[in-house]
Amino acid sequence: MSTRLASGGRLIDRETPIHFLFNGRKFPGYAGDTLASALLGAGQQLMGRSFKYHRPRSVVASGHEEPNALVNLGDGGRFEPNQRATVTELYDGLEARSQNHWPSLEMDIGALNDLAARFLPAGFYYKTFIHPRWAWKHLFEPVIRRSAGLGRAPVERDADRYEHYHTHCDLLIAGGGIAGLQAALVAGRAGLSVLLLEQSPHWGGRSPVDGATIDGAEADDWVKIALQELESLDNVRLRLRCQVAGLYDHGYALAVERLADHQPGAIPPRQRLWRIRARHVLTATGAIERPLAFASNDTPGVMLASAVRDYVVNWGVSPGDRTVIVTNNDDAYRTAIALHEAGLVVPMVVDARPGVGGPLAETVRALGIRVESGKAIAKVLGGKSVGGVAIAAQAGEGAVLETVPCEAVAMSGGWSPVVHLWSHCGGKLIWDEVSALFRPDPARPPTGADGSAMVTPAGSANGALLADAVLADADAQARAAVKALGARLPKSAVPQVETVAEQPLAATWIMPQGAGPALRAKMWLDFQNDVKVSDVQLAAQEGYASVEHAKRYTTLGMATDQGKLSNINGLAVLAGALDQRIPSVGTTTFRPPYTPLTMGTIAGEARGVLFQPLRKTALHSAHEAARADFEPVGQWRRPYCYPRPGEDRQAAVVREVKNTRQAVGLLDASTLGKIIVSGPDAGRFLDMIYTNMMSTLAPGKCRYGLICSENGFLIDDGVVARIDEQTWLCHTTTGGAERIHGHMEDWLQCEWWDWQVHTANVTEQFAQIGVVGPKARLLLETLGGMDVSKEALPFMHWADGRLGGFPVRVYRISFSGELSYEIALPASQGLALWQRLMAAGEELGVMPYGTEALHVMRAEKGFIMIGDETDGTIIPQDLGLSWAVSKKKADFLGKRAQQRSHMTDPDRWKLVGLETLDGSVLPDGAHLPAAGENANGQRNVQGRVTSTYYSPTLDRGIALALVHRGPDRMGEEVPVQDGKGGTVAARIVSPVFFDPKGEKQDV
Amino acid sequence: MPGSRGFDVKRYSVFAIAREALRWHRGWERAWATPEPKPEYDVVIVGGGGHGLATAYYLGKNHGITNVAVVEKGWLGGGNTGRNTTIIRSNYLQDPSAAIYEKARSLYETMSQDLNMNVMFSPRGVMMLAQTEHEVRGYKRTEMANALQGVKTEFIGPERVKELCPIIHIEGPRYPVLGALWQARGGTARHDAVAWGYARACSAMGMHILQNTEVTGITRDASGVTGIETSRGRIATRKLGLVVAGHSGQLAEMAGFRLPIESLALQALVSEPIKPCMDVVVMANTVHGYMSQSDKGEMVIGGGTDGFNNFTQRGSFHHIEETVRALIETFPMLSRLKMLRQWGGIVDMTGDRSPIISTTPVPGIFVDCGWGTGGFKAIPGSGWAMAELMAKGQPGPLAEAFGLSRFREGRFIDESVAAGVAH
Ligand SMILES: Cc1cc2nc3c(=O)[nH]c(=O)nc-3n(C[C@H](O)[C@H](O)[C@H](O)COP(=O)(O)OP(=O)(O)OC[C@H]3O[C@@H](n4cnc5c(N)ncnc54)[C@H](O)[C@@H]3O)c2cc1C
Repeated sequence: MSTRLASGGRLIDRETPIHFLFNGRKFPGYAGDTLASALLGAGQQLMGRSFKYHRPRSVVASGHEEPNALVNLGDGGRFEPNQRATVTELYDGLEARSQNHWPSLEMDIGALNDLAARFLPAGFYYKTFIHPRWAWKHLFEPVIRRSAGLGRAPVERDADRYEHYHTHCDLLIAGGGIAGLQAALVAGRAGLSVLLLEQSPHWGGRSPVDGATIDGAEADDWVKIALQELESLDNVRLRLRCQVAGLYDHGYALAVERLADHQPGAIPPRQRLWRIRARHVLTATGAIERPLAFASNDTPGVMLASAVRDYVVNWGVSPGDRTVIVTNNDDAYRTAIALHEAGLVVPMVVDARPGVGGPLAETVRALGIRVESGKAIAKVLGGKSVGGVAIAAQAGEGAVLETVPCEAVAMSGGWSPVVHLWSHCGGKLIWDEVSALFRPDPARPPTGADGSAMVTPAGSANGALLADAVLADADAQARAAVKALGARLPKSAVPQVETVAEQPLAATWIMPQGAGPALRAKMWLDFQNDVKVSDVQLAAQEGYASVEHAKRYTTLGMATDQGKLSNINGLAVLAGALDQRIPSVGTTTFRPPYTPLTMGTIAGEARGVLFQPLRKTALHSAHEAARADFEPVGQWRRPYCYPRPGEDRQAAVVREVKNTRQAVGLLDASTLGKIIVSGPDAGRFLDMIYTNMMSTLAPGKCRYGLICSENGFLIDDGVVARIDEQTWLCHTTTGGAERIHGHMEDWLQCEWWDWQVHTANVTEQFAQIGVVGPKARLLLETLGGMDVSKEALPFMHWADGRLGGFPVRVYRISFSGELSYEIALPASQGLALWQRLMAAGEELGVMPYGTEALHVMRAEKGFIMIGDETDGTIIPQDLGLSWAVSKKKADFLGKRAQQRSHMTDPDRWKLVGLETLDGSVLPDGAHLPAAGENANGQRNVQGRVTSTYYSPTLDRGIALALVHRGPDRMGEEVPVQDGKGGTVAARIVSPVFFDPKGEKQDV
Repeated sequence: MPGSRGFDVKRYSVFAIAREALRWHRGWERAWATPEPKPEYDVVIVGGGGHGLATAYYLGKNHGITNVAVVEKGWLGGGNTGRNTTIIRSNYLQDPSAAIYEKARSLYETMSQDLNMNVMFSPRGVMMLAQTEHEVRGYKRTEMANALQGVKTEFIGPERVKELCPIIHIEGPRYPVLGALWQARGGTARHDAVAWGYARACSAMGMHILQNTEVTGITRDASGVTGIETSRGRIATRKLGLVVAGHSGQLAEMAGFRLPIESLALQALVSEPIKPCMDVVVMANTVHGYMSQSDKGEMVIGGGTDGFNNFTQRGSFHHIEETVRALIETFPMLSRLKMLRQWGGIVDMTGDRSPIISTTPVPGIFVDCGWGTGGFKAIPGSGWAMAELMAKGQPGPLAEAFGLSRFREGRFIDESVAAGVAH
């Protein structure tokens, strides 16, 4: 059983004991512990269950590479599933629960899968659950879904805040081990702006645990001295708990700083996303130890040798009284020494290499520890914990030579450089035969905008594994980076390290070499996803031979650790099965993020009301006061209607329409787009943008205009006013303001860049109020000011002036068919004018009306609405708008397209009105079925409704529709879908239902 | 799959698994053979994605043409077929689209049995949220159109949305959910299995699946295509199908014509796996994002394309950020989940965002491309239609509207109303 040692632990503070809950039980720990070290220290080895077979799982690693020890952490709004216990800093009152089991961690029904494991090999689900057809969705899949997944789904809204921080630097250094520190010293001394980020809460990385002596000092002390110097440099920024998560093109990097994870709720934000644009990036991200594949290597108590050393040295935790070490390299001997120094027993070092010698082995032997060379673990004994190991010859098939009782196993299969960041943005790898590892290929680095290398790997991340080599490499790589950045190289020496020479590693991918199927089916490669050597071999046998196929077929490396421990071993097993060299089988690509990244952090502050800007017009508070019923229109909120007490939406709309048609209504039209187009070539430009002629419009006048895409389709409409010789003001639809402004700029910047035209979107600078109805003029006259008579300001004209003291621009335009003025004025004064109009109009019966009344009235008049009558497939000619398409102009956007055969086809559907015979309102989107079916068995169709409303003015349903040869079929009766599976009879009529001569608006 | 329901070696079943388990699975054969290329085939399909493989499959199954090679430059399904978010639906608006997507959807219903491989088609239901009045009208229109097209869809209210997907936040604050277009028989399937299943079935019919074989040139004479140059040598054929998605422009250039296609990176991401919390697929077009939960428990998330053309299969972070923001807004619980992986695929976009299944200016060369951001769902239907086109030299009713001539004639098939996010 794991326990806390009586002394030791360089990272814990034994003076500060704290308590935490695991599965509801109270456990002790110390400040400085991780959740994993505290659980191990308290003897709780079992921490979770694996994904597929629900096997018992304990810690195997000590850092971000941990695949097993995942917990449901926290509670309520601070609950988070799948938290890695190995990097969860302990705090007082922490609450964690193990996951993926039912009913309990100790007794998990799901573990029945384990008994059936032989019948559930890689990809078994592709080969079964095929019959009967309904059963997958209704029987098998639900069971699989329930047994899969890991943590619980969060329920409550996130209680934390997140923020984004943008910054630049010359050199971004990922990793604060001795390589990163040395690189920062070199670059810092060279005067570059340096950002040094370390994911853990401690500087120095592995060296202090491994016990190097640097420049005559203990590693810990060297780290302190280095930090002192770095902190004294203004051009160097240092951050702990800050992980570089992803590297993107052109030196763009993301880092996550965990500010409050170790002190929940203390200071907002919980996490900060650093968005860094670096001129160069240096990855000093270290290396990760590889497990060895022997039978039952997933038993709780089997750990990486480096992790065992970490738990002993950093946290004063014993993995068990007796630990067998199994290795293919020298480094694991350091674990034997560390255990021995902590007073623990190492019954045996099992070394796969024949004839082990060298200083480290000799030191270990001198301590009285038995070293067995050429040996393997044939099998781990025990179930929920290690009881011993069976030893066999590595070269054999697994015949057991002896069994050694023990409580823990420390394994080392060699090291893999952390090359993720290098790979994220395209860096390639080479295979190093000697150390059996993939390291960055200096000939194929990720390149920046100018084609030169943008990332430099350093230290262990570059394949240098021993402290002296690490520092020498980091120094040299940093110097190269400094030089590449054009800074002056500082004069300083490479720190000197006393190191013990190591004997070469012997690549060992399965143990023992000749293990048969029964053993291979128990050798875990991916501990979380339960992928074993036999699974990868099966994939190869079935032809899933590319790495990607093998991964997908077996799920190797697809777990939440993203294969940090399993990828290389899996690849090697695959290569073995295919009888190929590892590098010719290939690697898989690494994708950001390096470790899973909290979604809240990605979103940052942009959530809830800050998700997208909520756009309110200058009159918004008046609408709120009038208890408007708002609807979202793009980012705007517009009043749909203004219901009075006791009224529903429908009743309010009816009242608003009637009042506007009979008396006077006010509309907040501020959201309509307003784009100023100005310059010597503005007229020519607008003649290209609009289908009709705008250059000939006289100042003081307005013209309705259409805008089409290059493909001829109608994309926006609105009234254009000519302000002066060189200036036009273009109204767009509410949704079109930004889009059309962008469209104009696109053409100006990309095609007509030599035309002298400026555009400005001034939508928000003006409030615009529609004063609409037979009494509109009376109302304006009561305000006093400019002459708004028909003579002074005729229909489709505009004028500047004052009304009631307000500086206004008044347009005589109408979207309702009524006498109508649209009054634009500076946004800051909009509310005051609105209130003045409401007050002044009280006797005239003025009422505000919303978007729905607006829509009803325009439909009564047969005016089209972009987005209702159009949908990206409609040309002006379909809508009876040929009059607004110039025949004189040599060109305009869409002209050529509108001449294509399908566009001029007389069979196109065209705009008409529809009236149901019974007066009812047609449902939205109803189609007009025709007899028979097409070749694909679909019912033939002869048209569809584009807008449909109850018309209060006519007291009946009216609709606009696009109908096959519609205008030629006036008076014809047609069936229209009734929305209930049947049809209702309607008559084709003119689309103008009200005041067809337009007499009411032109008075 | 040929072969009867017995114990023949090749057939997958629970009995076969049991039998194999007893001999440590030593008897499983390769899913598809890896032959050396022949000097000539009746038909060569370039592109071992879903569409290429399905085309080959239906050439054999529907038209009896089996002297066929599928030529793939990398590994099968390594293009968009193995990178997509696997949403299957057919609630399209325009008749030609609804026809081919519904054909595909109905073929997905029986694909596992047809291919004797569990492709895990799971009709869990797809809903497209309406978050503006405009969207409400758009989806009601689609519902009406679908009724006449024989596609079962239904416009549902916000309460039903919440009932079907309790983790949705329907009350805004920015875009309250006003309803949704619901297709109960839409869903998801396992993308790799679709590619593998077709490859296995093609191989069983004697077709050649040639992986790691890159097409580098296309040869022709006065009468039309004569063959292809590949990284493994020359292969002669008189009928060539180009089914290479984002690389269609390049292949067309080799053949000497141009296609109205742009290539853009589309990204997706998954969260860490969690216990089941979402049974349906939800698409939110106003905020621009969509999500479902895989059988493994991962939340599978996608959004829009990058705004610039590229071929790198790596997208920008900015799009991920936008998509995640949109989805946290819709599903607040996401905030405390973690993104496990992000990746991108190069999608082939046409001007009207609808596909091309067509003859080309070169006799004997046919193209099937332009599926853009939404072609996984179409795989069997597209394969069916393309096989018919290649076998007969003339498009059948499914393919007819998707010919290249439509761009010249202005006969676009634009789905923009119904599909802001077209997956
Ligand atoms: C992130 C993402 C999410 C998506 N989500 C969905 C979704 O939810 N639902 C949906 O329906 N669709 C979705 N799609 C779209 C869908 O993936 C594609 O439309 C579909 O997979 C295309 O299949 P394909 O067979 O045409 O192309 P691919 O699968 O890309 O296959 C083309 C093949 O051609 C090969 N090739 C290219 N050049 C050559 C050459 N010179 N020689 C030989 N071979 C070559 C490629 O290697 C590739 O394997 C998504 C796409 C992406 C990228």
